[in-house]
Amino acid sequence: MSINVIYILWLRQIKRYFRSKARIVGSLGQPLLFLLALGFGFGPIFQKAGQGNYIQFLTPGIIAMSILFTAIFSGIEIIWDRQFGFLKETLVAPVSRLEIMLGRTLGGATVATLQGVIVFVLSLFVGFHIYSLIALPFAFIFMFFMALLFTALGTAIASVLKDMQGFQLIMNFLIMPIFFLSGALFPLDGLPKVIEVIARCNPLSYGIDALRATLSGVAHFGLLNDSIFLFIGVAVLLFVGSFLFSKIEA
Amino acid sequence: MNIIEVKNLTKRFGDFVAVDNISFTVEKGEVFAFLGPNGAGKTTSIRMMTTLLAPSEGEIILNGINPQKDQAEARKSFGIVFQDPSVDEELTAYENMEFHGVLYKVPKDVRRKRIEELLKIVELWDRKNHLVKTFSGGMRRRLEIARGLLHHPQVLFLDEPTLGLDPQTRNHIWSYIMNLNSLEQITIFFTTHYMGEAESIATKVVIIDRGKIVATGTPAELMKKTSADTLEKAFLALTGTTIREEEAGAIDHLRMGRKMHHR
Repeated sequence: MSINVIYILWLRQIKRYFRSKARIVGSLGQPLLFLLALGFGFGPIFQKAGQGNYIQFLTPGIIAMSILFTAIFSGIEIIWDRQFGFLKETLVAPVSRLEIMLGRTLGGATVATLQGVIVFVLSLFVGFHIYSLIALPFAFIFMFFMALLFTALGTAIASVLKDMQGFQLIMNFLIMPIFFLSGALFPLDGLPKVIEVIARCNPLSYGIDALRATLSGVAHFGLLNDSIFLFIGVAVLLFVGSFLFSKIEA
Repeated sequence: MNIIEVKNLTKRFGDFVAVDNISFTVEKGEVFAFLGPNGAGKTTSIRMMTTLLAPSEGEIILNGINPQKDQAEARKSFGIVFQDPSVDEELTAYENMEFHGVLYKVPKDVRRKRIEELLKIVELWDRKNHLVKTFSGGMRRRLEIARGLLHHPQVLFLDEPTLGLDPQTRNHIWSYIMNLNSLEQITIFFTTHYMGEAESIATKVVIIDRGKIVATGTPAELMKKTSADTLEKAFLALTGTTIREEEAGAIDHLRMGRKMHHR
């Protein structure tokens, strides 16, 4: 395992991220729209239902959303690398597939975390306020774990897809359900059984719950459960991602 | 000593036989030209030798290693300049070189020195900090070659390295490569459509057509055999004068195969 190799792969992702300013700004549009439209739109009803301030509830979900999307896209970039030919360059090099996978995934996860932090900062201007300064660093750590988990998922997907044709399928039948059935937008109490079971199997639910616990001071599953399930999710997906990536043929 | 041994190598994509039972050997330090018309199976053979594609049948031994069984070890033995683009457009020329150098574990001081030397040879040194996406096709090609020469492997595969480059650049690049070959005994395995290049530098030529080997020998032997005064004439005598279907890469074959399965 070479740190230099992992570092240069990580650095490549970071450089590509900071060079695509349009992408950074563009990908902030959706979370901002969600935050403003849903936050202020459903705010009064949420308040009337006795659930408190909706912006306080929604913001961790929207941060998680932008991490989810950025992370999956970072993983899926492998498909672009294949189409532009750059993947060959890494695949014939005398480095293990695990090193390539780890470097890329850490890079993608760093980028997704940064995106989450930007949305967090923007949410402060919309009216979100953190409940504790001490818990804040832990929120960033949970963001990174979530990012790691979903970048690894993106890598796994990209290793199986040969081109972007199947992407729409993945988007509508995997990524969107992960987001909408995670408790990002609504509380998980008193839901129909089916939705609740799905939400409980969804790793994003635990990430969002951990963010709510550390940013807003409320939790559904509890921080210990969140940490355990996130950790298991990261381990499983890193393993699956590495395995599928090792089978890739350029 | 044979650094490459290929025995009964075959590659099929569905019903299409891209490489059909070919065998040849390359000696250490040799400058080996692998020639053939478009679609003859050159690139597919190179992909199999460089661990990118699994053979349907047959065996390859590269520097004593089977690239199929021990991919990691095999990858330490060779370097390759691909026929199709493989640079990262979102990085600068220098960053592409640096990336390659780190992956191939070229020590930092050697790396810095060689990057400068190579970028100067391909005349990209003053553009070193420009993003590759701003480069013309020829500049990308030159960067691609410079990058391939950054580490010094046992075998260097060059798949049509000088395609589309002007004679000045081609001469510079070939003299650098021949220098590597004589100083460090690096085996050169190349394909080209410029028969003049092959005639003047190759110590051994294998001509492949429609997946089969049709001739083997030194350029002089092949010219003598066909009573031709240039390798180009010998090549035409051996492979005929009809124009071939443009070659679809292995990936294209895979894609076509996938699409057909989906229907």
